Amino acid sequence: MSRPAPLFTPGTRVRVHERFPPGHVRTPWYCRGKTGEVERICGRFRNPEQLAYGNREATPEVLYRVGFASTSLWPDYGGSKHDRVEIEIYEHWLEPVSGDPA
Amino acid sequence: MNEPAGGHSHEHDHGGYDVDPTHRHPPQPDLEDTPLARHQVMQMAVTSLLIEKGIFSGDDMRAQVERMDGLNPGIGARLVARAWTDEGFRQRLLADSRAAAAELGIDTGPIPILVMENTPETHNLVVCTLCSCYPKFLLGVPPDWYKSRNYRRRAVREPRTVLAEFGTELDPNVAVRVHDSTADMRYMILPARPAGTEGMSEEELAGLVTRDSLIGVTVPRAG
Repeated sequence: MSRPAPLFTPGTRVRVHERFPPGHVRTPWYCRGKTGEVERICGRFRNPEQLAYGNREATPEVLYRVGFASTSLWPDYGGSKHDRVEIEIYEHWLEPVSGDPA
Repeated sequence: MNEPAGGHSHEHDHGGYDVDPTHRHPPQPDLEDTPLARHQVMQMAVTSLLIEKGIFSGDDMRAQVERMDGLNPGIGARLVARAWTDEGFRQRLLADSRAAAAELGIDTGPIPILVMENTPETHNLVVCTLCSCYPKFLLGVPPDWYKSRNYRRRAVREPRTVLAEFGTELDPNVAVRVHDSTADMRYMILPARPAGTEGMSEEELAGLVTRDSLIGVTVPRAG
């Protein structure tokens, strides 16, 4: 069975969903609602949000590394405007940035 | 007189032999003195069941713990020293650390480890803000500070201040790249080879590579 191709390619701007579901999720709060850029596709890994509750059939999900300008994460960031934080984020937490070319 | 941290504050002479023999210091708690948490009990129960059912033996369990405890930053240091002396290996290590490490007979473990290279323009730093993810197969068990809330929340928020506290003053023109290991990757830093190490052997170079430089809170120095 072929799987759908990853939705995003490296260099694409993406926004992290601003959702706060209960339970075990691996998307840090500090990047929710923030916009970054896909650094690379890490591959497919079983969804930790299902795995954490003993679901051994957890769906493989595309995992990305997304880079954020530190100044976009923290408005009062004290370092350089070139500083970045790169975070591993699953596809179902990401949406395209509206207004960007598809 | 010097009191150990957390010691008592009452005043009397401990130097002589006329100390009241009934005087007792509070003993340092043993591991078993703290109440068992639910998950500890569960882990003990599952371990007993697995051994009882012959899935593995007590000795298998012990040997595995010994193996994990034996992992140490010297393993990561060997990879760095090879990358410093062999350009082809450096490229392979950055592209696929598992395959490159296998060339030296090193197992990077079941979780992919990404090697991030420090350059004149960029300094890399690793944190796991959600828990304590760490490249154990190349670095061993993480230091306590790596697991602390203080490091975890501040490494992403004010990395330059954190680095300065570790004695690493970064040039303002060098960009910081913080890697938050939030999911299924682990990270090791490939530091820059220090100046003044031109004549050193690979083994001597490996000796310069410290655990903290592989996490990115410091950089290796020549001697």
